[in-house]
Amino acid sequence: MNEPLIRLDRVRKEFGRQILAVEDMTLTINRGDFISFLGPSGCGKSTALRMIAGLLPVTAGTITIAPIEGKVEQDLGFVFQEPTLMPWASVFDNVWLPLSLAGLSRNAARERVRTALHEVGLTKFETAYPRELSGGMKMRVSIARAMVTRPRILLMDEPFAALDEMTRSKLNNDVIRLASEHALTVIFVTHSVYEAVYLSNRIIVMAARPGRVVADLTVAEPWPRGEDFRMSDVFSAEARRISHILKGTLHDTDINH
Amino acid sequence: MTPTSTIDDDAGAAPVNATAIAAARRNSILAWVLPVLTLSAAVAFWEFWVWYKAIPHFLIPAPSRIWETLLVEGPSLMRSAWFTVKLTFFSLGLAIVGGVVLGGLFALSRPIEMSLFPFAVILQVTPIVAIAPLILIYVHNTFAALLICAWLVAFFPILSNTVVGLRSTDHNLRDLFTLYRATPWQRLRKLLAPSALPYFMAALKIAGGLALIGAVVAEFVAGATGTNTGLASRIIESSFRNEIPKMFAALVLVSLLGVAIFLMTALASKLVLGRWHESEITRES
Repeated sequence: MNEPLIRLDRVRKEFGRQILAVEDMTLTINRGDFISFLGPSGCGKSTALRMIAGLLPVTAGTITIAPIEGKVEQDLGFVFQEPTLMPWASVFDNVWLPLSLAGLSRNAARERVRTALHEVGLTKFETAYPRELSGGMKMRVSIARAMVTRPRILLMDEPFAALDEMTRSKLNNDVIRLASEHALTVIFVTHSVYEAVYLSNRIIVMAARPGRVVADLTVAEPWPRGEDFRMSDVFSAEARRISHILKGTLHDTDINH
Repeated sequence: MTPTSTIDDDAGAAPVNATAIAAARRNSILAWVLPVLTLSAAVAFWEFWVWYKAIPHFLIPAPSRIWETLLVEGPSLMRSAWFTVKLTFFSLGLAIVGGVVLGGLFALSRPIEMSLFPFAVILQVTPIVAIAPLILIYVHNTFAALLICAWLVAFFPILSNTVVGLRSTDHNLRDLFTLYRATPWQRLRKLLAPSALPYFMAALKIAGGLALIGAVVAEFVAGATGTNTGLASRIIESSFRNEIPKMFAALVLVSLLGVAIFLMTALASKLVLGRWHESEITRES
């Protein structure tokens, strides 16, 4: 599946005159890639993701996403660092939102919302409100909302950074399952080497000040992966290799940044 | 290798705890019983003290005397109360409309806010008793003049809270609406309005009380003209005639009206926010 889907060509982002958030990023992402942007705070990984989503304008350069025929709804799902749910709306209404903004009535959307909720294991929580859910469940609602438009591309901005280790590894498995079942192209922003190695078949290592790509690595292990990979020597070896590269990019000032 | 995760619901819903429910019920009963008890005790003590000290009713009337006056003067006092009710609710309604519309404009456009905000602040900080005589001179219809006074007092909290509420929308949610290409109308209806609602409800609680204060104060100022029949002018009229029990009776009605407005706005807030907003959620301690 080496068909290019997203292409970044010398993409640059400046905030004001002083801050160069992303410096000339060139990257081709293929259909079906599970790619991680890995790096310390301030390396521009989230900024890059937001530019791909069209939430931030680029200062220079171009981002192209291969068009798709006949798709009316959003082709791009976005999962934020926080669950970003509407506290006044039920779980069903939160997941319905992308379809309702596209003009689908509650009844017309019902089956698809239910399917999306089923896929993240929250069938019984349709009528619950966000405040009644745990952190992990809220995040799953957020994933269901991103999936409800059946996008080709899923962008995730450090989605599990605030969750406990157990929940995080469970959700990692859920994301792998969803990505493989729906043949998604995923861009996953994280600062965790282990998460990047476990999830992705390609890792873009980024460095800060200015935000830039320092390495484009392949994790050649078979995909989709499961818990046995997490326990394997290959996993530890890959994590060590990437940690080493990442460390080489850090200045002393980056620690505890 | 396949992912080992399985689909299962987080069935960790809070266990239903019988003692917790009983405690909650006891609390909700106490929330009614305690205030009623303390109020009754205060009234009883008042009654007793007036009787014990043989205080003449033209100085401090006993509660029983005020009650009698309320019964005797009931029909005419009720007409006055109705006038005050109309005035209060009209002005509150106009304050809501004006505050929300202007607040929406302010939130949409910084230049509009910067140009008009000084006027709103000047009107807010100038005591209503100082402006009321002028308004009564320029506006010939007394009801309209009183309405303007009460509106001026009640309008500002709604305006400022609406602006803050509309501006405090979660940034990621804004991005989400951008991502899904929401129209301005969808954004207003599904994102901005619900986000601003808790702020608006808080303002409504304040504005409800202020509308009544505005109505009463304005009438006090206008009272000298003697053309009004609201509760405030009945208080003034009774004070001229030294009818102290009637003053108290009218005062009781004003207080009751204030309490009723407070309960109504609190109930509205509970109905609108009860299921989702922190301010209306009862927590077990």
